[in-house]
Amino acid sequence: MKTYEKRKGNRKFDEMREIRAEVGVIKSADGSAMFQIGDTIAIAAVRGPRELHPRFLQNPQTAILRCNYDMASFSVPERKRPGPSRRSVEISLVTGKALSQVLDLAQYPNTVVDVFIVIVQANAGTRCAGITAASMALAHAGISMKNLVSSISVGKVGDKIVVDLDKDEEDFEGGATDIPVAMTSGGDITLLQLDGEITKPELMKAIELAKKSCEKITEVQKKALKDFYKEEK
Amino acid sequence: MNSDYNSEYIASSIEKDTRLDDRKLEAYRKITLETGVTKNAEGSAKCKIGDTEVMVGIKLGIGEPYPDSPDQGTIIVTAELSPLASPEFELGPPGQWATELARIVDRSIRESKTIDFKTLCIKKEEKVWMVFIDIYPINDDGNLIDASVLAAAAALKTTKYPKLVKNKDDYKIDYNEHATKKLELNTPAVTVTVSTIGNKMIVDATREEEKAIESRLSVALVNGRIHALQKGNTKGLKIEQIDQMLELAIKKEGELRKLLPK
Repeated sequence: MKTYEKRKGNRKFDEMREIRAEVGVIKSADGSAMFQIGDTIAIAAVRGPRELHPRFLQNPQTAILRCNYDMASFSVPERKRPGPSRRSVEISLVTGKALSQVLDLAQYPNTVVDVFIVIVQANAGTRCAGITAASMALAHAGISMKNLVSSISVGKVGDKIVVDLDKDEEDFEGGATDIPVAMTSGGDITLLQLDGEITKPELMKAIELAKKSCEKITEVQKKALKDFYKEEK
Repeated sequence: MNSDYNSEYIASSIEKDTRLDDRKLEAYRKITLETGVTKNAEGSAKCKIGDTEVMVGIKLGIGEPYPDSPDQGTIIVTAELSPLASPEFELGPPGQWATELARIVDRSIRESKTIDFKTLCIKKEEKVWMVFIDIYPINDDGNLIDASVLAAAAALKTTKYPKLVKNKDDYKIDYNEHATKKLELNTPAVTVTVSTIGNKMIVDATREEEKAIESRLSVALVNGRIHALQKGNTKGLKIEQIDQMLELAIKKEGELRKLLPK
């Protein structure tokens, strides 16, 4: 196996890229947030709870959560054709699954809560950035929540277990394994995917690293939410 | 119901020369233009007009020329009206409004000859540059047209070619290499949209005002010369009204133009 010696900018193997988070970035939405990690930027808007049409889709027991993940055409080096792809449909699906556990949707029967995520600049880890932004946007929308959700990708680059892979690391010629993880602030894993090859002990080590990193991201999310209400005054 | 009431109130206020946000009828909201807002685009800009925010990214690709213009590249303009930006936008393929918006921006650039398409020729009859101009509203609080044209013009001004790699007779783009050559441009058009209620005219309608207005006219201008027009909404215009609307648009052009990067 190829050894992986040094990360760009002397980043440590357990160190995330620089993070920025902001809440309230889209005025017309019920809740919104921006989350940036390195060169990856996600924005998310929440619309709802609002009436669900057609009405036969309504559930008298609960609100329905709908998530949509999309990449701006210019967010990647080679222009991405606008509109959904198989990839974006799957990411939309797992994003909803990652978020729904913390939401108390039973409080809003017959309605829908829509989450729209757009990646405006991409350098790996976009689904995780999207989930993290969406969680803040849901909190900002005042949707009843038990916890926040934060998300990060971990993985193996060459022979090293690392957190927050960038695009060059994902494409590492010695082989890379990418593991997007989302975790509630209660410690439950709500997103777990993997592409590559890894042993069980390595995977467990990577998940531990994801847990530690998600805890740090949660602090950033909380601060962004608090800062928004500070400014409001 | 609510919106009808709002529209009536907005219309009657404008008849009395007042607007809900205390603006003069002929005043824009605060406009900011920022360039270089997304790294993987060859050029980009964000335009904010009040709470309206539009992001435009320019991507360059290689394509084949049309048979009737073998030495010319082209522009392809799209508007993605994501429901992120407005409660009125829906998921799905571009609707009529997205298509109209994209075509208004397309014509403001095409008809003002902002880009001489011959400069986009790589090899006659075989390969040309295609300039993709993609418009993403982030928040719609009205006047997406003027904001999109302004953002597109600013984004074009900052556009640099990616590296072209010649491989025998084929061409490829290396997007990792930073290019130095800038897109050659003539003076881009800016578009001023003038709306009417009764015999009053306003510029820069908010989303609520857009529901109350009777008619709109978007005018693409380069130094007082008209390069494209689009009349919107259902109410017809008198010739004298058109005269006044054009005059107002021409009067406002400089205000928008001075925001563009050099």
